[in-house]
Amino acid sequence: MKETEKILLEVHKLKKNYGNKEILHGIDFSVHRGEVVVLLGPSGCGKSTFLRCLNGLEEIQSGSILLDGSIISDGKAEWYAIRQKIGMVFQSYDLFPHMTVIENILLGPLKAQKRKKNEVEKQAAELLERVGLLDRKDDYPAQLSGGQKQRVAIVRALCMNPEIMLFDEVTASLDPEMVREVLDVMKELAQQGMTMLIVTHEMNFARSVADRIVFIDEGCIVEESEPEQFFTAPQTERAQRFLDIFSYEN
Amino acid sequence: MSDWGINVIFQGQNFLRLLEGLGVSMRIAVVSVLISSVCGIFLGLLMTSRYVAVRSLCRSYLEAVRIVPLLVWLFVFYFELTKVLHLQLPAEFVADIVFSIWGTAEMGDLVRGAVTSLPAHQRESGLAVGLTRWQVYRYVILPQAVRRLLPSAINLVTRMIKTTSLVVLIGVVEVLKIGQQIIEVSILKVPTASFWVYAIIFFLYFIICWPISLWAKHLEKRWQ
Repeated sequence: MKETEKILLEVHKLKKNYGNKEILHGIDFSVHRGEVVVLLGPSGCGKSTFLRCLNGLEEIQSGSILLDGSIISDGKAEWYAIRQKIGMVFQSYDLFPHMTVIENILLGPLKAQKRKKNEVEKQAAELLERVGLLDRKDDYPAQLSGGQKQRVAIVRALCMNPEIMLFDEVTASLDPEMVREVLDVMKELAQQGMTMLIVTHEMNFARSVADRIVFIDEGCIVEESEPEQFFTAPQTERAQRFLDIFSYEN
Repeated sequence: MSDWGINVIFQGQNFLRLLEGLGVSMRIAVVSVLISSVCGIFLGLLMTSRYVAVRSLCRSYLEAVRIVPLLVWLFVFYFELTKVLHLQLPAEFVADIVFSIWGTAEMGDLVRGAVTSLPAHQRESGLAVGLTRWQVYRYVILPQAVRRLLPSAINLVTRMIKTTSLVVLIGVVEVLKIGQQIIEVSILKVPTASFWVYAIIFFLYFIICWPISLWAKHLEKRWQ
């Protein structure tokens, strides 16, 4: 089996409740190393919750999550150690406002991973250069635009050398003209072979970046297919209805 | 000249004695503020705990301290504990304890307020970069919470400094007590003595609390 065909993340029968209400009804799912999977679905369908379950921000009620073949959801493994391998970027601008850009980026590698400062600084500088923000490294988040903040947030997650990156609607609260600069960074990452799991409402982006589309509705995976097939000839009526909403907008 | 009331202050050792008294007040204030700051941070964090039992225990402590007047706490610890436990504690030590208990409760509530006012995703992004729960508090939550609670915390500190004057009533000889002694000695000769003594005490408290407030304003500006 080729390296890229190995399963990196596996989910079996994952169930998640909020109170008495079941949000996710037994999700089975897997991602291969190097694969880019985009999760689509109407708001409130559970796709963000699903992403948050994957790095332990939400407790799950049953089922299991495996990373690199070992179970991470049984409570024996410490989430803080696992999260070092699972990078996550959120919708809200979530930089730490009391730290400069470079301090934001160094916090995880230095304090959680206990790596050497000069080595991490070098990597951070390279990553910032790649997203075009090296000259802003000593600025505070308040001095940056929304798009710049999200690019820094991506760099902050990348600097941990994660095995997989989770993106939770990272462009949803950006001004339209800033969406592009963030999507470009993500696209470049995808081309470099990063394993990515993306929740987004940017349909054109999803179509161009995804290896596979997973359509979720009401807490279940309704359809999984290649982007071309999904966008041109969805197999389920629910997916068709979902796509119709977006084609009407365009 | 001799009938000027203000001269009372500078007769003999009077001024020096007032300063000594002030020293006693300040020692109590500094000790209890330090203890309250450290314990208050921990109490505040406990008050944001996931566990209901921990939260309600902290809440009961806070309410108990707040409901009972500080003076009553001083009496309870100084007179009643002695009776019940046959434990003779020095008055100044009792003052340290009671002011620390009070300050911890108030500081804890301020810390709780500041921590809960931070957006939830700050905590989550701290966790997402692999920090432990404790590290998230240490590097993400507390530095931001401290900036938010600073104005009210400084306010509490100046309140504590001023409230130390209550310890007179359990027999601690501090600046107010010495002021009263000076007045008692001089009141027959100098009828305006009490005015001048209280004026100088006002001034002494002012030059201590004012710079603290200025410093708070300065920090507030710098951290904005």
